[in-house]
Amino acid sequence: MTEKKLTKGNIALAEGAIQAGCRFYFGYPITPQNDIPEYLAKNLPRVGGTFIPAESEIASINMVLGVGASGERAMTSSSGPGISLMQEGLSYMAGSEIPGLVVNIMRCGPGLGGISPTQGDYTQAVHGGGHGDYRNIVLAPASVQEMFDLTIRGFELADKYRMVSVILADAMVGQFQEPCRLTPDHPVTMPEKPWALKGRAGRKPQLLKSLYLGPGEQEAHNQDLQKKYREVERNEIMCEESLLNDADLMIVAFGTPSRIAKTAIRMAREKGMKVGLLRPITLYPFPSQQLHEHSERIRKILVVEMNTGQMLYDVKISAHKDADISFYGRPGGGVPFPNEVLDEIVKAMEK
Amino acid sequence: MYYDVIMTGFGGQGIQTISLIVALAAMEKNLAVTYLPSYGVEKRGGRTDVYVILSDEEIGSPITNRPKALLAMDVIGLVFYQDMLEPGSLLIANTSLIPESKIRVKEGVCVLKVKTNEEAIAMGNPKMANMITLGCFVSQLGFLDLNDLKAVIGQVIPERLKETIPGNIKAIERGLEIAGSMKM
Amino acid sequence: MEKIFTRTPTLTSSETHFCPGCTHGIAHRILAEAIDELGIADRTIGIPGVGCCVFLYYYIAIDTLEAPHGRAPACATGMKRAQPDKIIFNYQGDGDMAAIGTSEIIHAANRGENITVIFINNSVYGMTGGQMAPTTLLGQQTTTSPYGRNFQTEGYPIKMAEMLATLEGVAYSARVSLHKPKNVMQAKKAIIKAFEMQINQMGFSMVEILSTCNTNWRVSPIEALDVIENEMIPYFPLGVFKERTGKDFL
Repeated sequence: MTEKKLTKGNIALAEGAIQAGCRFYFGYPITPQNDIPEYLAKNLPRVGGTFIPAESEIASINMVLGVGASGERAMTSSSGPGISLMQEGLSYMAGSEIPGLVVNIMRCGPGLGGISPTQGDYTQAVHGGGHGDYRNIVLAPASVQEMFDLTIRGFELADKYRMVSVILADAMVGQFQEPCRLTPDHPVTMPEKPWALKGRAGRKPQLLKSLYLGPGEQEAHNQDLQKKYREVERNEIMCEESLLNDADLMIVAFGTPSRIAKTAIRMAREKGMKVGLLRPITLYPFPSQQLHEHSERIRKILVVEMNTGQMLYDVKISAHKDADISFYGRPGGGVPFPNEVLDEIVKAMEK
Repeated sequence: MYYDVIMTGFGGQGIQTISLIVALAAMEKNLAVTYLPSYGVEKRGGRTDVYVILSDEEIGSPITNRPKALLAMDVIGLVFYQDMLEPGSLLIANTSLIPESKIRVKEGVCVLKVKTNEEAIAMGNPKMANMITLGCFVSQLGFLDLNDLKAVIGQVIPERLKETIPGNIKAIERGLEIAGSMKM
Repeated sequence: MEKIFTRTPTLTSSETHFCPGCTHGIAHRILAEAIDELGIADRTIGIPGVGCCVFLYYYIAIDTLEAPHGRAPACATGMKRAQPDKIIFNYQGDGDMAAIGTSEIIHAANRGENITVIFINNSVYGMTGGQMAPTTLLGQQTTTSPYGRNFQTEGYPIKMAEMLATLEGVAYSARVSLHKPKNVMQAKKAIIKAFEMQINQMGFSMVEILSTCNTNWRVSPIEALDVIENEMIPYFPLGVFKERTGKDFL
């Protein structure tokens, strides 16, 4: 058995990046993710890597873009306000098909908001953010081990599809500690990148761009991107399905609320209520098919989020048309206790 | 088996240290562990609160509002958390800093009042109050003992303070002794 | 008959999209010639900003990365750190560098990033139709300063070459012009010098090029050359503002 070490979520993520072969980090300080740059500032130089305390999040994401265009693995991390500043760069990276990894340890907003755990950036990460018709792969860890493993996965998926992977975690997943295996569970590989800009020696000059002005060029580019996104949706969905076989109610939650829901589900089952959990691990691609299939049998659904109902819309779109969907949301840094989720389970069951 | 404890006080009292020792000792026993330090805005400004959950099954929530034990090292922490204690749970109150009149827990809560600061000063090091509290706490747990703590304490004490380990262990032993001698 | 001039190989044969009379095409030509004379085309990667310069990749046959508006210095930072053996240059206009991208250019320069920056100063936003730029001269009429730029409301034209020269990380900062053959030759020398700074790992190098925009200045191409001579150069003097002679920053 591989040895596990009691590790903080943000540290597991940073170490995961190093293990994934990421040698470039660029970032600007913001709470609650400062453990990540601090760890990498210390440890990247030890493996020959580069750490730059960038002048802004705008510069950070464009430095990631520059490394990504060179064919190497690079990342940045931030929280709400900083992630908003990166949206321009994210859109360009999507348009130019340049891979990279962006970590958002969410803080509550809008505006400067607060530093408490929240999930208010779901819509920004999954459905929007920057301009134009594009997608990012969005991974939602719910444990320290997943902070490590999904960071490695994020780099691999980014390279495989030439997309940006976003690790979307709340501050609690970033700050708490659990035993964690700090070695990859599979050999990390880096694909060939013949598209990377390394100088024209031995081949024709290459170009990475997102500007298409010719008639129909941009539409064709968009259709190509969409084809790629459909492939991601076919191949890369990850979700945890727990205690759903006999369930009369399905909780849908990601990140910290999914952990709290698990305790609430145990409490509910002790009282004889059959409750299960569907936990999306990839928020994009969203496990729509899995959710739909379960909702054909389990008509009662309770969505629990630390926001005012953002993933809720994806659940509504995915679920069977006769599904009875309840929502329990805690925005602005509110974290539900298990007994509060249990109360919502009872309400949803009695509906 | 499932056990959750909240340890609360202010920065510098060594709360993170003793909660880490508990978490690491539990890991050595192959238990699942979550360790969540200070969360939430109201915990800023020098407060230290740690939620430790131990279980022989997968742990769901890393937070709790029905802890089986509360280790209150000061009065602010006590007042904030004591209503969460249900009958059958444990309160260890540092009565060096908590006036007894402030302790108002539900009937059936087991209360252990220890003047840990005075005890630590009597042992020659006022910084050992946390370890005395840890000793008291472990005396009430069925699944961890002194040897389990000794096995991991070296992982928590920084290298430059290694020579304090024997003193820390003595303080844990003193805590065990105090708790053992008390009628609860 | 002796052939005394030919297109340098790294300059493509594509017709440029620049307006007739614009000196931007000359800037591209001398840049391509500099690259070829230094023999670095195989390992040079260009990063144009947004504006008239964006189509660099149609005219100069090297690897090219298109950067978001103003962010080319950050993209170049990432790229140079990932590939220190490559020659990386930015190609930015006044809006790109002197307005939206001031943060990125100042910090890349201040870090002493070992990159080269070509800055085209034509005192307006060219591609979007001649709006006022930070480099627009006092009194100059543009579509967004229709009564002429007034220092009391719009401030003064920004002098990038002088400003960047004050930063410790900068190895070379010069201003050149394209309005006369002699100046074109000096401009090419400055570009070569800037690339040599990078090749010798001296740090950040920048060449500001005064270039015409006869279309948006609403003058003929010949008159535009006079505008550089009589209006731009008096405010934006030509010269070398900083030139390192050794790796004294190390």
